[in-house]
Amino acid sequence: MNDDLRAKFPLISNSQIAYLDSAATAQKPKIVSDTMYEFLTKENATVHRGVYGLSQRATDRYDAVRESVRRFLNAKSTREIVFVRGTTEAINLVANGLGKAYFKPGDEILISEVEHHANFVPWQQLANSNGLVLKTIPVNDIGELDMTAFEALLTTNVKLVAIAHISNVLGSIFPVNEIIKKAHAVGAKVLIDGAQAVSHMPVDVQALDCDFYCFSGHKLYGPTGIGVLYGKEEIMTKMPPYQFGGDMIESVTLEETTFAPLPEKFEAGTPAVVEVLGLGAAIDFVTEIGFDRIHAHEMDLLLYATAALKQNPRVDIIGEARNKASVISFILEDVHPHDIGTILDDKGIAIRAGHHCSQPAMLRFGVSATARASFAIYNTRDEVDRLIDGINFVLEVMT
Amino acid sequence: MSVRNLYQQMILDHNKNPRNFKDLELVTHRAHGKNPLCGDDYFVFLHVDNGVVEDIGFKGVGCAISKSSASIMTTIIKGMKVDDVLSMKDDFIALLTRDDVSEEQKKNLGRLSIFEGVKEYPVRVKCATLIWRALESSLLLEQSETVCTE
Repeated sequence: MNDDLRAKFPLISNSQIAYLDSAATAQKPKIVSDTMYEFLTKENATVHRGVYGLSQRATDRYDAVRESVRRFLNAKSTREIVFVRGTTEAINLVANGLGKAYFKPGDEILISEVEHHANFVPWQQLANSNGLVLKTIPVNDIGELDMTAFEALLTTNVKLVAIAHISNVLGSIFPVNEIIKKAHAVGAKVLIDGAQAVSHMPVDVQALDCDFYCFSGHKLYGPTGIGVLYGKEEIMTKMPPYQFGGDMIESVTLEETTFAPLPEKFEAGTPAVVEVLGLGAAIDFVTEIGFDRIHAHEMDLLLYATAALKQNPRVDIIGEARNKASVISFILEDVHPHDIGTILDDKGIAIRAGHHCSQPAMLRFGVSATARASFAIYNTRDEVDRLIDGINFVLEVMT
Repeated sequence: MSVRNLYQQMILDHNKNPRNFKDLELVTHRAHGKNPLCGDDYFVFLHVDNGVVEDIGFKGVGCAISKSSASIMTTIIKGMKVDDVLSMKDDFIALLTRDDVSEEQKKNLGRLSIFEGVKEYPVRVKCATLIWRALESSLLLEQSETVCTE
């Protein structure tokens, strides 16, 4: 049971809403908002300007979170941890940083055909402007990556593989270990979009040996506006800055500027100090619960919900990979997902309806949109039951 | 306002069996309307002669609200003068977005007033108005273009 965890989430414990949209954004435990509030009301100061004590303490706390993130991902050094706004900015930063310095015209980038737009559009645009070739790795009908097709696509022309750790539409956990090994064997670098993964499973970037790993704080029970880019030091050292301004410089004269070392080189301007501290609290919170317990609980809900949905012959689940996280996309005969969403909302059930920022994935499965329920550590079997009853109510209203 | 009032029988009927769900042979005006947020995506085709909508059809995919709104719209404006269609469009959008719509305006809208309940669901207003925006663009522009309601 997870009553002890539910109690730590004010929005969850104070409302009747069955919140089944944590893949979009997770609710926040009280410790996250408390940490941010306490800082703002008692310790607020900017960082890296520390001639006074208040700023020095803020700097120490800010730097301590970078160390927490390093441990969380098992990165070699805090120089490899860059704070960004979220996964989207992290990927854009890498696309910009590799850009002309790394890619030559004709080079190929491989992504899966079900990527989130955040790991699709930056590469598509880079390909268009730099004369690169963007190719997609297909997934099979149950939503698993077609590894045979991947290997066929993986020639020495491929310079980057950018792929989700877990698909936000299908819930599939992609075999990133194998992907990274095979990509490295042909000399390609690998970026993993971990937006959907970090709240569900431990990530060890050294064991994975990925070149980049990105995630957002708000899907990890932390605040919005903060995310992390992990990048190998030897690669990020060679990448040009993404933005210019304060905090990222070493010295500035009228003629030229030299840039700060990693990671500050990529953190122009006053950072999101409050959000960073909130992220730190979220990481501590998740670490304390432990991924064993998180995994066991979420798998219980996934299996329970999948079995219950399959009882209803009018429900079709999109994405039934054998290795899957607690995300279920489904369609309901000819009922449009937005109608499903509106009617479930009437019963206090919050799900996602739409194309999930992944229109190519919708195309792959021949739908214009899906409904999606996703489960987190605060969800319960009782909420799954409410979803199942709610789906019956949708069918009743729509016929 | 319960969700059952939103999904009334007439709306469900037009969703399941949309009227004038077709291309036209003779098209004088056309437009494409889409709402990228939810994926509603329709084309509307008109045959206008001498300032009168002689025929109308639509094709596409979307939710029950957008599809029934399109279907009911086609059944109402066929045979109407373009000027009257445009003023009806204004009244319909007002019905879904404003509180000061007069009884007179509601009466003029006739069966379209069934969509009044959509006002209680702000995120769905764009679904109901999408086809009307597309219709407006097809009638007002020489070279009609894609209309986005998101």
